[in-house]
Amino acid sequence: MALDQSFVGRTYPPTAPYEVGREKIREFAEAVGDANPAYTDAEAAKELGHPDVIAPPTFVFSITFKAAGQVVQDPQLGLDYSRVVHGDQKFAYRRPVRAGDRLTVTSTIEAIKSLAGNDILDIRGEVHDEAGEHVVTAWTKLVARAAEEA
Amino acid sequence: MTAKISYSDVEVGTELPAQTFPVTRATLVQYAGASGDFNPIHWNEKFAKEVGLPDVIAHGMFTMAEAIRVVTDWAGDPGAIVEYGVRFTKPVVVPNDDQGPRSRSPARSRPSSTTTRSAWT
Repeated sequence: MALDQSFVGRTYPPTAPYEVGREKIREFAEAVGDANPAYTDAEAAKELGHPDVIAPPTFVFSITFKAAGQVVQDPQLGLDYSRVVHGDQKFAYRRPVRAGDRLTVTSTIEAIKSLAGNDILDIRGEVHDEAGEHVVTAWTKLVARAAEEA
Repeated sequence: MTAKISYSDVEVGTELPAQTFPVTRATLVQYAGASGDFNPIHWNEKFAKEVGLPDVIAHGMFTMAEAIRVVTDWAGDPGAIVEYGVRFTKPVVVPNDDQGPRSRSPARSRPSSTTTRSAWT
């Protein structure tokens, strides 16, 4: 069943702050096999002009996707999550995420489309730091495949 | 933000050095733990097949994390990235062996399309 178009433009309340830890960044960098010292060595990060170690570019997805759960699991929207695949993903950075950041995410439904029985949902997550400054915006396109194969 | 490549060194059409990124089941388990994405399609073969996949598949976000390294390894400063987007067009299937597939991420051929903009000094 097609999703309710009236949800387009709906914004969900900001999430509780997520505190970015040095060791969490290290764990993530190791998991993706990325040895760039900017992720683990504060001195190396400072040489590049950063106040502390920074996170790999896609690190913030763990935070924004959890926030998008508010949308995905909204019983009023009624998305069938068991049929959802990740279509597109994009980030626009004001600055890199870094250790010590306390980040909140505000999720907005940007678009709802129905294509060949598939529901396509575009969610924008605005990430701000503790001072209220914008850090990064994440756009996530989710596709709920049609329940019956045509 | 100070990339190690200077603006004057780069021309339109510059091709970045291609890289190959190995991925095995162990890689996916480690990524699941680090990212918090425990969807069983990324580690449970039985479950993956039940939902119509050929086998366990890699996290799309794992592939996205590898693909940007072509840019960040070249630029030096990962903080120079100002915009990065991908389209996931084909799953990376990861069989239960020590080899796995190879996620190759050159500038031109790859399982997903990518666009990146970086800030330069």
